[in-house]
Amino acid sequence: MNQESWLTAEVPGPKKASLITKPEIADAMIRRASRPVFVVGSIASEIDLEEKKLIDYVIRLARQFQIRVIATGSTNTAFLARDFTPDAVMPAVDAGFRLADPAWQGVDGNGPHDLAIFVGLPYQMGFTILSGLKHFAPSLKTISLDNVYQPNARWSFSNISIKNWIINLEAIIGNKEEE
Amino acid sequence: MGTKEINISIKELETELGQIKDLRMSVGRLAQETWDEPQGPTPFPSLTTLRNWDLTLLNRYRPFYLPLCDLCCLCTYGKCDLTGDRKGACGISMPGQQSRIVLLAACIGAATHMNHAREMVTHLVHTYGDEKKLDPGGLSIKVEAPITRLVCGMKPETLGDLEAVLDYAEQQIGALLACTHTGQEGNPLDLESKVFHTGMIDHLSMEVADIAQVSAYDLPKADPDAPLVEIGYGSIDTTKPVILVIGHNVVPSVGIMDYMQDHDLTGELEVAGICCTGIDMTRYSARAKIVGPISWQIRYIRSGIPDIIVVDEQCIRTDVFDEARVQQIPVIATSEKNCLGLPDRTGDPVDDIIDEFTRGTLEGALILDPEKVGEIAVRTATINAPKKRKKKKAKLTLKEGMEEAKKCTQCRECRRACPNDLHIPDALKLFARGDSAMLAGVYDACVGCIRCEQACSEDIDIHSLITLTAEERLEHESYKLRSGRGAIQDIEIRQVGGPIVLGEIPGIVAFVGCANYPSGGEDLAEMAMEFANRRFIICTSGCAAMTIGMYRDADGKSPYELYPGNFEAGGIVNVGSCVSNSHIAGAAIKIASIFARRNLRGNYEEIADYVHNRVGAVGVAWGAMSQKAAAIAAGFWRLGIPVIVGPHGTKYRRMLLGRADRDEDWYVTDARTNERIYVGPVPEHLFISVETKEEAMVMIAKLSMRPNDTSRGRALKLTHYIDLHRRLLGSMPADIHRFVRMEADIPITMKEDIVAILKEKDWKETVIPDPTLIRKKEVVS
Repeated sequence: MNQESWLTAEVPGPKKASLITKPEIADAMIRRASRPVFVVGSIASEIDLEEKKLIDYVIRLARQFQIRVIATGSTNTAFLARDFTPDAVMPAVDAGFRLADPAWQGVDGNGPHDLAIFVGLPYQMGFTILSGLKHFAPSLKTISLDNVYQPNARWSFSNISIKNWIINLEAIIGNKEEE
Repeated sequence: MGTKEINISIKELETELGQIKDLRMSVGRLAQETWDEPQGPTPFPSLTTLRNWDLTLLNRYRPFYLPLCDLCCLCTYGKCDLTGDRKGACGISMPGQQSRIVLLAACIGAATHMNHAREMVTHLVHTYGDEKKLDPGGLSIKVEAPITRLVCGMKPETLGDLEAVLDYAEQQIGALLACTHTGQEGNPLDLESKVFHTGMIDHLSMEVADIAQVSAYDLPKADPDAPLVEIGYGSIDTTKPVILVIGHNVVPSVGIMDYMQDHDLTGELEVAGICCTGIDMTRYSARAKIVGPISWQIRYIRSGIPDIIVVDEQCIRTDVFDEARVQQIPVIATSEKNCLGLPDRTGDPVDDIIDEFTRGTLEGALILDPEKVGEIAVRTATINAPKKRKKKKAKLTLKEGMEEAKKCTQCRECRRACPNDLHIPDALKLFARGDSAMLAGVYDACVGCIRCEQACSEDIDIHSLITLTAEERLEHESYKLRSGRGAIQDIEIRQVGGPIVLGEIPGIVAFVGCANYPSGGEDLAEMAMEFANRRFIICTSGCAAMTIGMYRDADGKSPYELYPGNFEAGGIVNVGSCVSNSHIAGAAIKIASIFARRNLRGNYEEIADYVHNRVGAVGVAWGAMSQKAAAIAAGFWRLGIPVIVGPHGTKYRRMLLGRADRDEDWYVTDARTNERIYVGPVPEHLFISVETKEEAMVMIAKLSMRPNDTSRGRALKLTHYIDLHRRLLGSMPADIHRFVRMEADIPITMKEDIVAILKEKDWKETVIPDPTLIRKKEVVS
């Protein structure tokens, strides 16, 4: 486990994401949040996690934790194909820009989000948008649930294998199911 | 306007007042005024002249900063940690630092075009004289230099006049660069205003460079039927000696082609170009060919095909000489800006240099005389080609390639170095087992940067293996590109001006910029054809223009064979190289001037306000990589034209985004009544990075809407937006109510669905104003 960016040259600054070393960390972050939101990029519907795609895990998590969902890129199509309607469809940078505004009332108009969970964005987009939030949205917590280290999130997995990733995602979902 | 430098020298003069000896006077340039349009308020604007206009735009399109790193390391106070709200030792904040870097990038880009223009004009003045008339379009063009007229308030008539424009541009870029020094400008919005100013100077410089070369070299003059030329790795006849030219300044290539012409060698050799020099060569001679955009450099040099390589300036790999040495290909550097560490042989006899090149005792030389370059390149290639063919190195076979791939340890460092995160390790593993399909597939999205090879601990030439597996594809790369036509004719502007301003031609989409595509070049051709079919006007230039051409339909035809080159609905218009981008901005300006008869002269703010509110133009730089691309984008921003970049574009460090949900941001003044009217978020963003081709297409349609659209025009634009959103993103857009101003705006075929949405959103009808963002004086009742 280490804090090395997935793209080697994207060296992070002094402030780097803490590692999600066990699924309980992400689980606790999500449970403690009162207004979490997913920002789900186009790669979520492309990545194979054995028989499922990453987006299938996102949907399970969103449903179980009642997390609002922003679909970026063309991810909306993949959500709809799975009978899941995201709360908003917008470009990832637009989502980031709004999340950085403490006055933004969120995708449902019910108040600012306190946790943004990023997953499935092209690596460099996630890196830069999370950097924007790290610097300009001090009250917003961010997590990356990709299997690569995103140093600009508040919390991120390390660069982990697909197998390990599945175990972690299943565990987060499982923890909730046990409640 | 015609200018003359006035120098008076008096050796000895006796007057009633006394005696004068050795008096010398210089009064710079004396304008010979031939333009009767009254001078506008802002000729030759300084850094702050248009600041209010910039701040008006920036108040609506606010910067969203995306720092690439948390530090500033520009001076020895630092490194300074600017995380969050910390400030550096000089007091700079993170937003200020990001804007400063954007300004630096834009200055680099603008300086590059500007100095290109200066070299071009100096050379052409030296060759043809400063009284050489400018002629970018014969009788078809009366507004010969719309950006120069708009920015400088002058009407250039000769090559010499362009020198005065460049004097101004150089002064401005010097001042802009000075602003980035530690302890100067630190306010982010003031820095952003200066970014816009830099972009405007960039467009001015590009216009100078292109109208100078079009006039002097007789390149296509606003010709929609510019010839179809050959492009592609496989289009080069390798049985002939091959001269490869790389870069962005056609002057040395003209030396090559002139030498061939003068010695009856045209057709005996192949002159092939990479990057914008390639495009401009084909504008000079339709017999020249283009290998491809910037990302083809390594693969073509490593093919060993070129018999000599000539590089000029800009966008040339800095390791081109190292790569050429391995293939034993001599290199000629031709620009003071790119000497490659080579000995300056400009003053040496041609025969000596050719002798050393052909004997192999000289690997490369700096030669700063384009005519000499022409002779040396042609004669060297002619002598070297047969020898080279004779002792041609055996190519790596697939079997040898597979053996090489077996060295891969699956450490994944190549993938982690790849900007497109390509699955190289998996592809290498399969290749090592005899299956080359996946590695050949990697070729499609490979940008040719060879970062994979730099990262490989086993020294595998990964890029060479990729091209080896894609060899068949490479050899079939042979397409047609319509050569760069230059400017848009005044008559074309007259014909489309009304439909564009009223929204009945849904928009102008400009596909421009570099070739760093996130998932291959086909995306660009697909987007261009989609919008041409939707009757948008498609403009393109540079690497984007090349990429659009490197596509074939089922009948083997390229987009340039399928669509007309006219500036009309459904046309695909290749204006030329990077500097020809000025003609795209120029077309938008000319709509305001020729169609709407707004005064152009030194009247930037009013024209930009017109373009922003009425001309549905959208720039798309899908693979933008360079600082030049940043400067070009900035020039469009100041005109209020939105620019979309691909997912790599977030690395430009900041977006300029509108907030559709903040109604207060979307009011304009109705110039007829002076009332403030809500017009909805049109265009919604000024600079935005999107993730996928599908998202880009929806965004293009959305950003083509303007406050001035007639109901018929808006209904048409909404049809495209909704149709693309449904088809590519799977659902009705959630923001339709923001774009419908009155019932007549609703597309008839979608009326039922939209009316239901409007009811749900508690929509209220509004009016279509005569929109302006410029604060006018109170209307006298």
